[in-house]
Amino acid sequence: MTVHGGVGQSIKRKEDARFVRGKGNYVDDVKLPGMLYLDIVRSPYAHARIRSINIEKALKVPGVLAVIRGKDLEAANLAWMPTLMSDKQMVLPVERVMYQSQEVAAVVADSRYAAADGVAAVEVDYEPLPVVVDPMKALEPGAPILRPDRKEQTNRIWHWEVGDREGTDKALKESDVVVKENLYIPRIHVSSIETCGCVASFDAMGKLTVWMTTQAPHAIRTVFALVAGLPEQKIRIISPDIGGGFGGKVPVYPGYVLAVVAALKTGHPVKWIEDRSENIQADSFARDYHISAEIGATRDGKLTALRVKTIADHGYTDAAANPSKFPAGLFHIVTGSYPFEKAHVEVDGVYTNKPPGGIAYRCSFRVTEAAFTIERIVDSLARKLGMDPAEFRMKNFIPPEAFPFKSALGWEYDSGNYQGALRKAMDIVDYDALRKEQAEKRKRGELMGIGISSFTEIVGAGPSHTFDILGLKMFDSCEIRIHPTGKAIARFGTKSQGQGHETTYAQILAEELGISSEDIAIEEGDTDTAPYGLGTYASRSTPTAGAAASIAARKIRDKAQKIAAHLLEVSPDDLEWKDHKFQVKGVPDKAKTMAEIAFAAYTNHPPGMEAGLEAVDYYDPPNLTYPFGSYICVVDIDKETGEVKIRRFVAVDDCGTIINPMIVEGQIHGGLTMGLAPALLEEIHYDENGNMLGGSFMDYLLPTAVETPKWETAKTTTPSPHHPIGAKGVGESATVGAPAAIVNAVVDALAHLGVTHIDIPITPWKVWKILHEKRAA
Amino acid sequence: MIPPRFEYFAPSSIDEAVQILDRFGGEAKVLAGGQSLLPVMKLRLAEPRALVDINRIPDLAYIREDAKSLRIGATTRTNDLNDSELIHARYPILSDAAYEIADPLVRNMGTVGGNVSHGDPANDLPACMLALGAHFVVRSPTGTRTIPAKEFYQDTFVTALESNELLLEIQIPKARPGQGNAYVKLEKRIGDFPIVGVAANLVLTTKGTIESAGLALTAVGPTALKATEAERHLVGKAPEDAAFQRAAEFAQEITSPVSDLRGPAEYKRAMVRVLALRALHRASARAHGGA
Amino acid sequence: MPSAGDEETGPFVNVHVTVNGAPRSATVETRTLLVHFLRENLSLTGTHIGCDTTNCGACTILLDGKAVKSCTILAVQADGRELRTVEGLETDGKLHPIQEGFIEEHGLQCGFCTPGMMMCSVALLQKNPHPTEEQIRRAISGNLCRCTGYVNIVKAIQHAANKMAGPSGGGRP
Repeated sequence: MTVHGGVGQSIKRKEDARFVRGKGNYVDDVKLPGMLYLDIVRSPYAHARIRSINIEKALKVPGVLAVIRGKDLEAANLAWMPTLMSDKQMVLPVERVMYQSQEVAAVVADSRYAAADGVAAVEVDYEPLPVVVDPMKALEPGAPILRPDRKEQTNRIWHWEVGDREGTDKALKESDVVVKENLYIPRIHVSSIETCGCVASFDAMGKLTVWMTTQAPHAIRTVFALVAGLPEQKIRIISPDIGGGFGGKVPVYPGYVLAVVAALKTGHPVKWIEDRSENIQADSFARDYHISAEIGATRDGKLTALRVKTIADHGYTDAAANPSKFPAGLFHIVTGSYPFEKAHVEVDGVYTNKPPGGIAYRCSFRVTEAAFTIERIVDSLARKLGMDPAEFRMKNFIPPEAFPFKSALGWEYDSGNYQGALRKAMDIVDYDALRKEQAEKRKRGELMGIGISSFTEIVGAGPSHTFDILGLKMFDSCEIRIHPTGKAIARFGTKSQGQGHETTYAQILAEELGISSEDIAIEEGDTDTAPYGLGTYASRSTPTAGAAASIAARKIRDKAQKIAAHLLEVSPDDLEWKDHKFQVKGVPDKAKTMAEIAFAAYTNHPPGMEAGLEAVDYYDPPNLTYPFGSYICVVDIDKETGEVKIRRFVAVDDCGTIINPMIVEGQIHGGLTMGLAPALLEEIHYDENGNMLGGSFMDYLLPTAVETPKWETAKTTTPSPHHPIGAKGVGESATVGAPAAIVNAVVDALAHLGVTHIDIPITPWKVWKILHEKRAA
Repeated sequence: MIPPRFEYFAPSSIDEAVQILDRFGGEAKVLAGGQSLLPVMKLRLAEPRALVDINRIPDLAYIREDAKSLRIGATTRTNDLNDSELIHARYPILSDAAYEIADPLVRNMGTVGGNVSHGDPANDLPACMLALGAHFVVRSPTGTRTIPAKEFYQDTFVTALESNELLLEIQIPKARPGQGNAYVKLEKRIGDFPIVGVAANLVLTTKGTIESAGLALTAVGPTALKATEAERHLVGKAPEDAAFQRAAEFAQEITSPVSDLRGPAEYKRAMVRVLALRALHRASARAHGGA
Repeated sequence: MPSAGDEETGPFVNVHVTVNGAPRSATVETRTLLVHFLRENLSLTGTHIGCDTTNCGACTILLDGKAVKSCTILAVQADGRELRTVEGLETDGKLHPIQEGFIEEHGLQCGFCTPGMMMCSVALLQKNPHPTEEQIRRAISGNLCRCTGYVNIVKAIQHAANKMAGPSGGGRP
């Protein structure tokens, strides 16, 4: 018997029923009696001493109840808080502001409108200080030291390296061909359509409940307990419906802490919801990597070595959301789909007068930076050798028989079939015909480009021997309880922000337990009820919590087998789990379904056995997973204006076992669009005074339905050998792989003019400038 | 996100409206579509003491032709230009432009009068008004006057409209046989402000030469710019590439674009030429009966 | 109606609207934005706020049948007029074809942009029952989505168009 809603079925999503009715429960929908509102005064300066903060006028604004300043927090030892990378971050400044739009004071009022009026009435006197925005200049001797609180008086936060430095230097020296590219990946911002916010409320017993836009409720609870000194059993974090996360809702923002302080101070619930401009200007930047990459090959096109140096601009404090041992995240996946024998990577983190961070923008931890680097430079090298970029990749890919593959930088890739994915993409797009077309167009002076990106990404953090965030190991969890009538409820330590967990987790459990997915309720996000987990980001849910679901379900099956044996009056060894039920081996009609077994667990369980039918698993993944894919992008360029139009984009993805094909495809579509965005549209820059250029949706341009092409998707399936159901995770693959495909296509269109690289975003004027100069020359 | 407080009036006649504007001596703003005004108030970049909501005033929204002119009421919504068969058939420059202003939702509220009189060099309709030789009918407490578009745009956010005047109607010379016009906009992303926009209007003689020409530019100066030299050059010429190229060069010369998030000045200046050519060719094709 | 003529109104005004067929009213500051009026005074939280510069479209509702951004309209401007929000799409327990389309075609993920997308789509299909793909993409160009990449949103709207234009579903408002 097949089970309804098992793995591999494109069932419709359960969560849609409330969303299409407008009955989602997002943080800003939470309304409590007596609730107050918090709004934040922000610095117009990127670096300044605070001479005074005058709140007299603000306190007179009708509706304003209180104004919180740094010195108020200092008294409670809350002016500073730790970041996820064990650096420290201001909640409110006492002496100095360190970036434009930094939180300076908080106004609490009885309405949203009064709070805004209060903010406008706070008077701050600043003394501007010299600003550091260029991380290279920040490292020069004589640069202003931005963090005098640090032991070492330098703007270098850390230096990190991995690989064989001498071996790589030697291998490059001895290579027949070496190509070097400098790649700057500018700041961008996740900008999920819902901004960040919370509602903080203390009850009469002193228990704190915070509804919060967070992707990691348990970790937040523990951090609050440690930092604020509140007993952890008296803190409840509720992550309700979240309007998109993409990494931007992992950090602890000052606004959350301020709302909690305000709730404590006033004795009322306090809501803080930031505006979009605040969200872009102060929260969760991503990227800002200055990369220099060198790659070597033999004359006949075999890769030899890879050397990468990076300057990482972190803003005024390292508030990145990386596993603690990896300040540059998993950037050293930069060897990509290729078996380099020698490789070396070094990264230096730098302080500047910009908002803090370095969080993922839908890309695991720095994996887009890595995939972009390798796929760009491989392309450059292929071109230098006069080889077709597809042919070059095929020649050099890690072959399928080499898995599990140990990379030169220490990762063990679980499984892969890179040739298969690229071959499939080439067939779908008819690669040879495109090259012919390009050659003909080039004769006529028309610009057309074909770009390939064959990425390998690394997700599912992570095994306890290597991974932790602030010491918390990165396992994840599933707790299942089956009711007497054969329905079930399962709770997880992860937290969906649109990925469809209510549907997909139920599918895993349906498959494992033989219960219809319709009959399995899935809950996440309430720390009072959900088992401990590290949350959802970096595509980790399926690899960790999805695995926990399978394992917990199998624990239930172990007990169920014994109950079934009791009901059928046979020995448990006489039974096998077949067709989603327990059957006597060789006698298929002597069987018991999970529903029958569940009822018996409460009414007729074997003597000496505990009643009930439940299990919990905390899954420590033995390894990460390595989804991969090949993307091919076809572009046409308007010679006169430099505009780039994506004519076609084919994405072949391999995420191992697919739980729900419809949902996986949706993740790819969304991920590709967040790959197109930084490639062509999105960037955040600062002028020399630290003013952010483009800090609202008026200037920070997200792709609309008009720019976004009709993505074409396909798949290959190479299961993960170490995951209980062979699944790898897929939420971010497309954002990792797409930018390089698009840039490679544009460079390909202009390669005959000698172009080897264009920094993203590729705006029409960048292309125009190249064409203009080449024509003039 | 939250606008400051203001006094609010919703007059039901034009006379009442201008009297209120007069009373506030420049500290009152007209609220029509609100799609330019409310955003700046939400960011607290503008804090008018009063808003005069003119949406309750009857008979201010219409598109009609009479013997001499096309007449558009000031509170006609931008999307109404897109929906009007008359505009598509006889004044396509206006539907070209309207189709590219902001997004469809904003266009359902935003008014033609607002886009025309706001004084933002990045608004698309002013260049169309200049190219068409439009006139604006405005009312003050003392009466009505008509201002030609070419005298209307004085500086960035500064127009000939006095603080106690209300724009009532836009008058455009009635479309003639042999006339064709077009608006071409280059933008970084749909719905964004223009990098550059060019409006072109050509009237051909029965012999096929250019009898009169209108050429105007968006977003490359402190206001929309009328390319007078280019227009003069075109008169009497055949509507072909040679004349258009020269006209495009003349148009480039009057520009003073600024380098910003929408491109370096050098690029914008170069795009004026590219777009002027495209706009003139399309206007010419339409003058010949094409699309 | 706010006081007519040149009598000043404010700082508070009584706003009467018809929302999803029902008369509703509240007294608010004249500066109150329509989206806040809906969400806070009328407790209709299905309409969302995603930006502060009139770009994202999460706040899209129908005002006298036209799709508009409720964050850039004053509540008082809606006085005496008809509003339709996402809460008014379902009738007598039956989902609107656009809601069905979004479920069937996986046109939503986090759900935050969805109400605005659907309201914009309803207005589109009322005006143009058989839109081409290009027309659909143009029509929703003022509604931003970060999750879906738009492909399935287009399919959802096409699904609804087919349903509404069919023999049994024709004329659904």
